[in-house]
Amino acid sequence: MKNTVEIRWHGRGGQGAKTAALLLADVAFKTGKYVQGFPEYGPERMGAPITAYNRISRDPITIHSNIYSPDYVVVVDDGLITSIDVTQGLKKNGAVIVNTERGREEIVSQLRRHGWKGSVYTVDARKISVEALGRYYPNSPMLAAVVAVSGVVTPAEFLKEMEDSFAHKFAKKPEVIEGNMKALDMTFAALAEDGRNPVRKSA
Amino acid sequence: MAIRERLSGNEAVAYAIKQINPDVMPAFPITPSTEIPQYVANYIANGKVDTEFIHVESEHSAMSAAVGASAAGARVVTATSSCGMALMWEELYVAASDRLPVVLALVNRALSGPININADHSDSMGARDAGWIQIYAESNQEVYDNFLQAYPIAEHESVHLPVMICQDGFITSHGVENILLVEDEKVKEFVGEYCPAHYLLKKEEPMAVGPYAVSSYYMETKRGQREAMKNARQVILDVAKRFEEMTGRKYGFFEEYRMEDAEYVIVLIGSAAGTCKAAVDKIRERSGKKVGLLKIRVFRPFPEEELAQALKDRKAVAVLDRSEMFSATGGPLGTEVRSALYGAKSKAGVVNYFYGLGGRDITVEDFEEVYTKLEKLAQTHKAEDMYAYIGLREK
Repeated sequence: MKNTVEIRWHGRGGQGAKTAALLLADVAFKTGKYVQGFPEYGPERMGAPITAYNRISRDPITIHSNIYSPDYVVVVDDGLITSIDVTQGLKKNGAVIVNTERGREEIVSQLRRHGWKGSVYTVDARKISVEALGRYYPNSPMLAAVVAVSGVVTPAEFLKEMEDSFAHKFAKKPEVIEGNMKALDMTFAALAEDGRNPVRKSA
Repeated sequence: MAIRERLSGNEAVAYAIKQINPDVMPAFPITPSTEIPQYVANYIANGKVDTEFIHVESEHSAMSAAVGASAAGARVVTATSSCGMALMWEELYVAASDRLPVVLALVNRALSGPININADHSDSMGARDAGWIQIYAESNQEVYDNFLQAYPIAEHESVHLPVMICQDGFITSHGVENILLVEDEKVKEFVGEYCPAHYLLKKEEPMAVGPYAVSSYYMETKRGQREAMKNARQVILDVAKRFEEMTGRKYGFFEEYRMEDAEYVIVLIGSAAGTCKAAVDKIRERSGKKVGLLKIRVFRPFPEEELAQALKDRKAVAVLDRSEMFSATGGPLGTEVRSALYGAKSKAGVVNYFYGLGGRDITVEDFEEVYTKLEKLAQTHKAEDMYAYIGLREK
């Protein structure tokens, strides 16, 4: 991991992009990093496009502005990529991760239309979540995907911290812990399988 | 050992309230401060504190209840933002003139209109003449630390004034950052018990609070408030010293960042200071240019002499305001800083810019541009855009 990694999340109000950004900050915090997780609110309503941000660093962070040149962009709702340029300012050697049920080629071609030439990763969070948990909770697969692609924490550290956190959160519902852990494993496996092998071994 | 945590600014303030366990909290929700009473209500429901929460029907009533409870002798807290504070206006003055040490957690947000929920200092700057001590924060750590220092300042016998602990809406209130918390026992010892000498429920000493004051008394009351505000200067420094002994974290009226040899200085309040620090580091590393930052922590009482001393011999100073006051000239901070420099016969070039109104973002690059303008100002002695808006869309 480079010294400071900046991540921008795109989603719609109510989908949990802000929560996911805060969860990522939590995991990175627990592995000893300095973190920021913060939302940018437009009109407060369900379904409106929202942006959330993460800064994760080995050093204290003082900057309080939004992130305009992120290292990674995470898109929780693929419907957004036709209406806004989610890759705006994204570093050339960065990557965009899109939650989608559509084929990767379609997403790539839509992103290329905005001039993005860099890496694209797609995750079918719905498929993974429904199979692992029986319901659609996109946060666990999206978190696993951003960890796999960015390497802000190692997969091993990530899995350990998430298990601890789920154990705490779902103490009375152990079956949910298992399902969530399965969703994380499935995401790592799906990303490793599709040939571009983004899962980084070290942070 | 300090407790390493990650919290939002609202969580940090609520946590400080939990540690202090004040007697009464009257509050009415308003974005972005809503979470503070919400978290405290949780602490109360879970038996973590025994604070009496008063569900009021408006902010006007919240501050009225705060005034009543504080006059009765209770330690009181409330929280609000923006238009909520505007609705408290009348009672803000009452709390101050009755010399009640109420603490208000203010999450700074723009006043309407247009309706806007984001960071802006127009709420507290509008209330700067209400007689409250005002302390501002750059980060979640600072708003937590300031909150712990609020009661020892407010309740000091030579002060007895209400205190506003301000932080920037969303930027710190909803942003999660690393923070070091102080252990409960240490907080309790630091803040201490509130034992007012005079209070309404003291049966040995019947008294009236807030009666009508005819002309022959009103001015003396104001003079009393003024003296208390002057006394607050030393108390603020003493409390900060004691806080530093406890935590190692140093506070004063303002923070000077890389100011030892600085020729070009930005003066501002709040969370943007952190972004400005990054610009200072970047410029010094790249070009060695002597740039610095002076971040105001205490705006009321205004540290006029200390500020003038810190700024008067610089080449150029940009004072940045995060609120308009529509004098069609300067903003509240700019006007007072220039006045301080005039008193000190400073020859520094001064400009007063506006930024961040209604949450408009300000970046490291924006600050770099301000320093470039200061350099030009020092060379030409001409301020071309004395009251510019930073980051304004021109199209």
